[in-house]
Parts: sequence; C-alpha cells; structure tokens
Amino acid sequence: MSARSVEVLATGPLCTVQDQGRAGSEHLGVPRAGPLDRPAAALANRLVGNPPGHALLEVTLGGLALRPTAATWVAVTGAAAPVGVDGRAVGLGRAELVPAGAVLRLGAPGAGVRSYVALAGGLDVTPVLGSRATDTLAGVGPPVLAEGQVLALGTPTAPPAPLEAPAASPTGRPTGLLRVHPGPRPERLGPRGLAGLCATSYVVGAESNRVGLRLEGPPLGLAGAGELPSEGMVLGAVQVPPSGLPVVFLADHPPTGGYPVVAVVEAADLWQCAQLRPGEPVRFTRAR
Amino acid sequence: MSGLGGARVRPFGPTALLAEVADAPTALALATWVRGSGVRAVEVVPAARTVLLDGLDPADVAATAALLEAWRPDPEDPASSPADGPTIEVPVVYDGLDLDDVAARWGLSRDEAVARHTGLELVSVFCGFAPGFAYLSGLPEEWAVPRLDSARPRVPAGSVAVADSWCGVYPSASPGGWRLLGRTEARLWDVERDPPALLAPGTRVRFVVAEPS
Repeated sequence: MSARSVEVLATGPLCTVQDQGRAGSEHLGVPRAGPLDRPAAALANRLVGNPPGHALLEVTLGGLALRPTAATWVAVTGAAAPVGVDGRAVGLGRAELVPAGAVLRLGAPGAGVRSYVALAGGLDVTPVLGSRATDTLAGVGPPVLAEGQVLALGTPTAPPAPLEAPAASPTGRPTGLLRVHPGPRPERLGPRGLAGLCATSYVVGAESNRVGLRLEGPPLGLAGAGELPSEGMVLGAVQVPPSGLPVVFLADHPPTGGYPVVAVVEAADLWQCAQLRPGEPVRFTRAR
Repeated sequence: MSGLGGARVRPFGPTALLAEVADAPTALALATWVRGSGVRAVEVVPAARTVLLDGLDPADVAATAALLEAWRPDPEDPASSPADGPTIEVPVVYDGLDLDDVAARWGLSRDEAVARHTGLELVSVFCGFAPGFAYLSGLPEEWAVPRLDSARPRVPAGSVAVADSWCGVYPSASPGGWRLLGRTEARLWDVERDPPALLAPGTRVRFVVAEPS
C-alpha cells in the first residue's frame, strides 16, 4: 500500500476508475473502456499536474465522498456538480488542495451527467491488459467503486496548474447536435440513407449508460430485413436494431453486434454523449 | 478457405474500414495477414464474415482500403494461414442439458454424438459476445443446430455448447442461447495470462472426454 491513499466514503449511483482505456484487445472480446468525456478527464488530470492517461474517477450524477490520508491536490471537471471540502464550497475546474483527513464531497450536478475527479499522482490500482479503466460490460479492470474502499495514489510528477481557473468543461454545454460520418451499412436506411437519420429528432433514453446512448423518437424503417452476422464495431458507431431506434455505442460497447451500423459519430462530438441527460434532444447532421 | 476473391471494403467513419470476405476462416486469414503486413491499425477484429480495422490514420485509409481490396487468400502462404496458433485440448464432461437433443438432431446415440464432437478439428476464428468467448469453426454445415428459441437467463461458466455450425465455451456465467453439450474446468479467460483468452483467434482446438471429478 502506498503511503498516500484515499478512502471512499460514498460513491453515488455509479463511480468508476478510468484512464486512457485499453487498445488492441478487441479481437479477444475486450472493449476499450476509458472516460466517456475525454476532454473533461484530460483537463482534470492536467489541472493537478498529471499526464493525460493517469487514472481518475468518473462520477455519474454526483454523490461521491473521498477522504485522502495526506494533503492532495484534487480537481473536478465535467458535469457541474457542487464540490465541497469539509463543507466549504470550492471551485470546479481548478486544482484544490484537500488537507489530510478532510472530506471532498460532490453533490448532484445541476447540468450534465458525468464529473471527473483527478488526484495528484493518479489512482494506483492494478492495471489489467495495460489499463486501469473499469469496463462495466465485460467486467474487465478494477471493480465499480464501493463505499469503504481504499485506493492507493501514485507519486505526483509535476506541480498543479496555476489557479487562473478554466471552466469545468473544456467543451462547454452539449448542444445535442452530433456530426456523423457514413458507417459500413448506410444502405440499410433505404434510399434516403443518412438523410433520413439526420432528419429525425430524438431524445436521450433513460437506459443510456457507458455502453451506449440510447435514443427515443420515431423509429427508422430499415431496408432489407434480416440480421447480419456479428461484426466488429468502433467507438461512436450508430447501430439501428429492428426497433428502428438508434444506439450510439460508447466506451464499454460490446465487440460485435448483429445489427447494421449506419453511421459513426465524429470523435470530437462524443463527449456530448457523456453529458446529455435522459429527455434532452439529439439531432444528427452530416460531418463535412 | 473459400479461395474466392478478396475483400469488399466498406468505410466505417474516418478512421476505420470494414473488409467483407466469404467466411470466418477467410476473415481470420485476412486479419492474420493484416497484422503481419505493417498496416498501422490499433484494432484488427476478425468476425464471422468481416475484418474491422480500427484506429487508422485518416491519411492511410485510402491506401489501406486498396491493400485490402487487392488481398487474395493464399493457402500456400503461412502468413495467411488461419490456424497458425497452438493446439489446445479442452477436457469436457459430457452431461449438458441439450446433449440428448443435439444427439437426436444428428440422428445419433449420446455416445456417438460425443464421439462426433471430440472428433472435430476446430479453429478459433474470432472472439466476441464476452471476453474470451471464441467462435470455433469446423463443425460441418450439415451438422448445424439452431440456437434455442429463447436464451437461458444463466448459462454456467465452462459450458461447452454448439449453435449453427459454431462450437464455443462460455468463459463466464451469462445468458445464452447455444445448446449445451457439457462442461469444462478449463479457464477460458484469465487476465494474468498472456494472451488472457485460452482460445485466442488462430488457436486449434480439440475437445476430449473427461471423467466427472
């Protein structure tokens, strides 16, 4: 056990450890995992002086409480959760020194879904297949965070960023407008192709999670019925199952799926899928 | 190996390509060739009739697509041999819930069905569904059996099963619609092992009869 560690007092609905994710194991059936809002996670690490791939916490809808054993620089980014240190409100999007034994607490965010909590030195959990990321579907990597757990911290390698506070999110508020590129099977959408997908208004479904953003709205008609044999999928793949309701596959997506992938969300827009709440609108538009 | 044509290549967003081929062994052969060819892809994922190349540099996509289009399976070339991995023997206790059903579909006695299954020369052609779940090719089409009409909510880890012309072993307990022939104590998935999948693509597999312990 490292001398520096942090005790988990509460986790909220879902809290996972994430780093840059796994690469090169999809052919064994292992998804990449990693933070859903990568820009926000990278900012949190940068603020506390960590390299971009250090392990941090992805907190879904707040509710996290942590107590470090030694004074530790901490930064919270992403969803605008109220943050307190021993009851004193502190700023989002800037490094804060949390004293030894003090309690860092995240409330429920007023907007967005996922907050990122980086601690100087990063979380020193055991890597699995080259990554410390929790995969919620395949069950690879550290388990979902639980109350009472103690997480070791690595040794800080650089000082925290200066205190001129940037925003909590480097990307702003999500607009719900997702740019899409053609996927391998756009012809399954019929003669209108991607135009049909882009002409439809959706809202985020309540079943959305780290596996996929599930959309609700008028179902798309599919041309050419019949399932496809399993085939590999990429991050951001827009798959249309027989229900006609698209799913945008995210970091914990399964390696194969038998339904047609008609489009792929522009990588720079994927962070929005981390922060859109159930009921919020989504539209697709052709990437240029 | 079909020996027919090469790959039809479909764009998959700006940094990935999906190559369609005739069948799973050809997909494995293409994936094996891609890994040895110097193509810079983060993920090379063979599947039932496709190979996904993901994490390409957008500047390399057009040239990579042309390479894939030009590829032809070559049985003489060890680099495109689908089964260049080790041979693994998987000991099975043949007492599965669907063993009698599968034997009846094959028109065989229970013992004859076991003999047929242990006589197969199988190759892991791709993984999917769950970490370490290998799709094993080598059951002839005429012995294909349909999946269950509805999946069982929980199939125990180590269950040895068939569906269509695939054989497989469930690495962990999960829902599943394949027909269960028996069970093995072999560890299909172990992250302490390299590779963690016992039956990684390219592995040759034989099932052997084990006595119940």
